[in-house]
Amino acid sequence: MDYPVILATLLILSCAGFYLGRRRAIVASGGSLRALHSLPSYYGFYIAVWAGVPALILFLVWIAAQNSVIDHLVQAALPDPLRALAPDRKALLMADIRNIATGNVVRAQPDAAVAAAAEHYKRLVELSRWMLVAAMLLLTSLGTFLAYRRINPAMRARNAVERVARWFLIVCSTIAVFATIGIILSLLFEALRFFDRVPVGEFLFGLRWSPQEALRADQVGSSGSFGAVPVFTGTLLITAIAMLVAGPVGLFAAIYLSEYASPRVRNWVKPVMEVLAGIPTVVYGFFAALTVAPFIRDLGLSLGLDTASESALAAGLVMGVMIIPYVSSLADDVINAVPQSLRDGAYGLGATRSEAVRHVVIPAALPGIVGALLLGVSRAVGETMIVVMAAGLSAKLTANPLDNVTTVTVQIVTLLVGDQEFDSAKTLSAFALGLVLFVVTLGLNVIALRVVQKYREKYD
Amino acid sequence: MTDARPAFIPSERQRALVARGIRRRRRAERRFQAYGIAAIVFAVSMLALLLVSVAGQGWSAFLQTNITLEVPLPKDEIDPDGKGAAAIRDANFQAIVEDALFRKLGVSGRDDERLAAKMISAGSDAILRDRVLADPALVGRTVTITVPAYSDIDMAWKGHIRRAVPEQDRVVKDKQFQWIDALAKAGAIGTGFNWRFFSLGDSNEPELAGILGALTGSAYTMLVTLLLCFPIGVAAAIYLEEYAPKNRLTDLIEVNINNLAAVPSIVFGLLGLAVFLNFFGLPRSAPLVGGMVLSLLVLPTIIIATRASFKSVPPSIREAAYGLGASKMQVILHHVLPLAMPGILTGTIIGMAHALGETAPLLMIGMKAFIAAPPVSPLDPATALPAQVFIWADKPERGFQEKTAAAILVLLVFLVMMNALAVYLRRKFERRW
Repeated sequence: MDYPVILATLLILSCAGFYLGRRRAIVASGGSLRALHSLPSYYGFYIAVWAGVPALILFLVWIAAQNSVIDHLVQAALPDPLRALAPDRKALLMADIRNIATGNVVRAQPDAAVAAAAEHYKRLVELSRWMLVAAMLLLTSLGTFLAYRRINPAMRARNAVERVARWFLIVCSTIAVFATIGIILSLLFEALRFFDRVPVGEFLFGLRWSPQEALRADQVGSSGSFGAVPVFTGTLLITAIAMLVAGPVGLFAAIYLSEYASPRVRNWVKPVMEVLAGIPTVVYGFFAALTVAPFIRDLGLSLGLDTASESALAAGLVMGVMIIPYVSSLADDVINAVPQSLRDGAYGLGATRSEAVRHVVIPAALPGIVGALLLGVSRAVGETMIVVMAAGLSAKLTANPLDNVTTVTVQIVTLLVGDQEFDSAKTLSAFALGLVLFVVTLGLNVIALRVVQKYREKYD
Repeated sequence: MTDARPAFIPSERQRALVARGIRRRRRAERRFQAYGIAAIVFAVSMLALLLVSVAGQGWSAFLQTNITLEVPLPKDEIDPDGKGAAAIRDANFQAIVEDALFRKLGVSGRDDERLAAKMISAGSDAILRDRVLADPALVGRTVTITVPAYSDIDMAWKGHIRRAVPEQDRVVKDKQFQWIDALAKAGAIGTGFNWRFFSLGDSNEPELAGILGALTGSAYTMLVTLLLCFPIGVAAAIYLEEYAPKNRLTDLIEVNINNLAAVPSIVFGLLGLAVFLNFFGLPRSAPLVGGMVLSLLVLPTIIIATRASFKSVPPSIREAAYGLGASKMQVILHHVLPLAMPGILTGTIIGMAHALGETAPLLMIGMKAFIAAPPVSPLDPATALPAQVFIWADKPERGFQEKTAAAILVLLVFLVMMNALAVYLRRKFERRW
């Protein structure tokens, strides 16, 4: 039985339980539904929950645990010489066994012991599945039976069902927390494995980044250089270029829209800005790589400047365009939140509009604007596709925008796309970079949100 | 009683000074306004430039240059023993098609033939074979088939490879240009709508590459995302909005959701790689995993939209329901939720549109591989539309450049449709209580 079939069967049984429960309640009421505590369908739901939920939980736990239990059993049954293998060789062997068992192609002709183990593995998987089906059936019928027996007109079925529904809501609302915990744990765990091989100090302050060497020399840690400073400076350079575009353009657009534009202009321009925000970043990446970068290279070369074909300027410029709508919409919000009385006061003293904006509105909105810019920076730092497609791969320590530089996100993608050995420092370094990225963007966001919130409270 | 002090009478010099000052201030005012207009014009023109450049590069991919050939199907070469389909499957259709082409072009000699063979697509023999397999009675007769031109020829015919360039600098040689002219004179070369772009999966040959595989992959991914994040998001929002007590734990959850919305998408990809693939052992490149990762990405959007539309349902509705004896759960599920549904759907669609264009997390979980056959279940290796854009953008062939832009156009069309649907829903069901 396949998993989808098992789940479908469970669903059908659960539905059957619903009808059973409803009919039982109607019968138990003796013809007058008013004698029942709850509506008949709640009695149905009561049985359906008892029939379905415990079995479903069992199913999920079983699937989560199954692989490791079977691996353990197969390993325990291996002949001694194979059992004495080093852990990494053993992991390879287990992968082979699994591949043979599932019928995937393997590299070499398996020897007898491995084939036997694969057979054993296959049997265990089959056995586990049938045990699961049997256990689920048992739970379902037990649940149905017990719930069925408890149904009587005085039973508070609705309260029971609603309690279950409420737990479901609570579980769903904690998934966001689990996602965050999952992100932190997975990044931290893999990054710590990386820092076992490469000291934190070397990673954070080293000046040479060339993760490829570690693979070629086939040595752990020592040969590749994992000094991430050039990667960080590359990210900073591109972020700075992006913010030089997005900051002024976004701010001036926001000021114009909130202070000068007629409602008609506003109604036209705002959706256009939203379109700019809705375009997938891979499209910006294509635009940067195939339209902007060649243009900038030709322009640079015609001016006699030494311009790389994947210049930081091209990636930064396009990234800036992508960030404009974020900055402008946030800045628009905070500028609109400045009370009209402040403006009126400035006008009353004879200020022109631009003077009112420069001397009154902007200073009043400054914390919010800083928050908007910080959120823009955090977007720029975390942006991936534009730089993957339009920025370079070479980690250089340079501040020249016409040179090609690499960024944290580019390195993560290039290190993890393609072949994967989870034990090499090269792969693990991507998680260390990811951890830095996560911490930096989280910090920026927390600061920015706090600043914006403080500012909002001031004028509420 | 009037003030005894004489009124301030500015001198000529002071008046001129003020007038100059006013002129200066007006100029500053106009300058300031011009900056604002310039900023907006810059943003809008960048958008226009982007769209025009993508559309300009991509529209021609919806057309395909085809070459029409009369191909004799000699029985002794295809099916000498009358074995039917089995023999047809093994027959050397490549030689048959190429012979027909050489005859048409009047080509002989090894070098010329090699060059001429690169006029038609490498998939031409398969097209002929399928045609004959569908109708075995054709064997022994002469059929007229239309095959796609080789990608470089396609580019030349569409004018992307220009004749004016010196011969050594272009992939299409002078001789091939002469053949193109000859075919054109005979009316045997022309463009038609490129159906294959929508009916084929990925290929190494640009003229045979299509987006069907990527579209199905995206559809499965979106399906999984929707099935996961819609119920979970709505349920979470209901709890946070209606039930959650104000305490440390719920504060933590709220802060978490806001932060989750700001985490870079690639970090979700790292999560998927470390947890779903390496820890739980789910299959690589599968839309199932892609959908799981993207649903975490969309979750905050849906939760925030749901809470906002719950807030906008007036208390009178709840009070009426309570007054009729409904329980809290009944009030929420039977009355508030249906009234909030348009807002929830709008938020969901916008979130899904965002997920449809998301690429970086999909690269992390391996949805970037070359996959020719469209997936048939969410567990099959697949790629997605934006990932396909990324794959093609990396390819050096000129023919893939227009395919990339065309795939982007398809992606944008989907996004426009989803957003239009969201706007429609908002307009149609927007209610002022």
